[in-house]
Amino acid sequence: MTHMRRTFRVAAAGLLCALCVQTGVQAAELNLTVGYLRLEEPAHPVLSGLDPVPERRGIEGAELGVKDNQTTGGFLGHSYALDVVSLAPEAPAADVAAAARDMLAKTRVVVLDMSSEAALAVADLAEAKGAILINAASGDVALRGALCRANMLHTALEDGMAADALMQVLLSKRWTKLAMIVGPTPEDGVRAQTYRQAAQKFGLKIVSEATWTFDSDLRRAASREVPLLTQGFKSHDVVLIADAHDDFARYIEHNTWEPRPVAGAGGLTAVAWAPVIEQWGAAQLQSRFTDMTGRVMTPRDYAAWAAVRALGEAVTRTGSTEETALSAYLLSDGFELAGFQGRPLSFRNWNGQMRQPVPVVNAHAQVVAAPLEGFEHPQNPLDTLGTDQPESECHAFGE
Amino acid sequence: MKVIYAGLLTACLAQPALAAEIWVSNEKDDTLSVIDIDTLEVIRTLKTGERPRGITFNADFTRLYICASDSDAVQVMDPETGEILFDLPSGEDPEQFVLHPDDRHLWIANEDDAVTTVVDVDSRTVVAQINVGIEPEGMAVSPDGKTVITTSETTNMAHWIDTESHEIYANTLVDSRPRHAEFVKDGTELWVSSEIGGTISVFDAGNQNEIGKIHFEIKGVHPDLIQPVGFELTPDQKTAFVALGPSNHVAVVNTETFEVEGYILTGRRVWHMAFSPDHRLLFTTNGVSGDVTVIDVAKREAIKSIKVGRFPWGAAMRP
Repeated sequence: MTHMRRTFRVAAAGLLCALCVQTGVQAAELNLTVGYLRLEEPAHPVLSGLDPVPERRGIEGAELGVKDNQTTGGFLGHSYALDVVSLAPEAPAADVAAAARDMLAKTRVVVLDMSSEAALAVADLAEAKGAILINAASGDVALRGALCRANMLHTALEDGMAADALMQVLLSKRWTKLAMIVGPTPEDGVRAQTYRQAAQKFGLKIVSEATWTFDSDLRRAASREVPLLTQGFKSHDVVLIADAHDDFARYIEHNTWEPRPVAGAGGLTAVAWAPVIEQWGAAQLQSRFTDMTGRVMTPRDYAAWAAVRALGEAVTRTGSTEETALSAYLLSDGFELAGFQGRPLSFRNWNGQMRQPVPVVNAHAQVVAAPLEGFEHPQNPLDTLGTDQPESECHAFGE
Repeated sequence: MKVIYAGLLTACLAQPALAAEIWVSNEKDDTLSVIDIDTLEVIRTLKTGERPRGITFNADFTRLYICASDSDAVQVMDPETGEILFDLPSGEDPEQFVLHPDDRHLWIANEDDAVTTVVDVDSRTVVAQINVGIEPEGMAVSPDGKTVITTSETTNMAHWIDTESHEIYANTLVDSRPRHAEFVKDGTELWVSSEIGGTISVFDAGNQNEIGKIHFEIKGVHPDLIQPVGFELTPDQKTAFVALGPSNHVAVVNTETFEVEGYILTGRRVWHMAFSPDHRLLFTTNGVSGDVTVIDVAKREAIKSIKVGRFPWGAAMRP
């Protein structure tokens, strides 16, 4: 069987070129090069080495997106390429700016895989005016709010969308009393604040909070330390963990004083993508990605894939590679992307964030996807997740 | 007269297949459920290869072809005995197929490989493989046998393939995630359903121009959840029944005006469907609720729900 499959593959590859030339309803030839600019994240020390960060995280998601676009484009006379530049974490801001300028001289559509601050600096370069930048990495709420930029779209999940998704699930289960453990880093503090706001939005109560301060080796000490930490919590339904670096959360579950589910990080988590997602044809995307890379698809890969696919879809439908035409189409009601999430993905035209369902998962299965039934919205239930138009502080998108 | 006819039929048949049947593939159970149309009950459950999806009978109903997707094979079953006779080479991950009117060539959509495979069921060999878009699924053949359609879910196209040369002669864009295609009205029109787009595109089969688009709207259901997949037309070609996925409804469409005349509540995530031989009953597979809804075609209402296996997918009638 294995041998036969291989034979098919070869035969298929041989046919490809002949088809490229002969078919296509639109004769117009178009080429779109998508830039991918990455400033690698500094490695944050974590207790466990169980989940190493893949070296080409994000980049490979974009590569699959280009491959998908290329297949479609082959029938239309359209071709796609990816131009990747990845900078080491310690690269100074001037180097990032120089790399961005170089890239923007070659292409006007660039996927950004970097921190919020770095992305903002790129967006504010004179050379970036009128370009399409797509943030596929940062979940920073402010980057979609007061700091939003008209030349930046976001396929990365806004942190507030993930927090809202989690709260919808907890509320639907009537697990409304939360006890929160907050990690020691500034990012953990930001995450905790996002949880507090989301809890308030959906009427859940954070009854107790504790700060994670342990510096012992938790792989050995968790069974002693965690019960003590959680023993003092007021009566609660769920232990919520604000651990932005996936550092200590994995040691909390099944070590708590009370038998309680764990959520946030570890246990029940709201994510843009996870290996356990298999509904709505997602299994196909997962297997295409794994066949190509030999690893599982991370949320970063998904955001990069969605960014490149969105651009491809815009080229297919508009028959143009010109950035103003693409941008107008991406932000229009006509745009929809099939993203293997059961609902069409689109962009919020008031802040550039991609509307997307948010899977809420554990290590072994998808539990549910938000928005849940019963969370209504006058326009689109997907807008019950994250910053909605009325409260948005983004004014860069006009009107 | 009817009684005598029925009596004759019994005498003629060695096997006990008295009533017509609806065969349903259960994607997550690796089985087929056989429903007796008279009693509306499951009378047999048969083992298949892994992840059975598309199913279709040959012209005289002596063979059932089964896309066993995860076994990477099309299985051939003797419907009398339920025995798998042999596997056909099919390419990887066959999802859906269509049997050419010559009763000899199966045209198979290979979902994971972005190819359409043509298999000669007599010689049991692959005749051709044709590159198509990503995640091919919907398969249709024109009544004259000259054109086969493959729709690709991620590429969002219908590919028009010349069955003689095995070459694509046209590509037409449709809305997001096309799932099912059929030639209707004696082959003059091609209909393609788009799950995420929420529409059916109607093409003039002669010149491949889009001549209409069918939209759906159900009170109290968000448009994003109205996701057309399978559909069937009545023999007079005047009415279409369209499965609308997670909206849990089947739409009844006037095929002249392309207007929706009504909606019928079904089980959850309604997917594909098949008529009884007299076209008085319609059977829909409901993936999430694991059942089949029986619809009274004249009254346009659901009359029964039949529990089958996990994730029922395809449906085929055997008279």
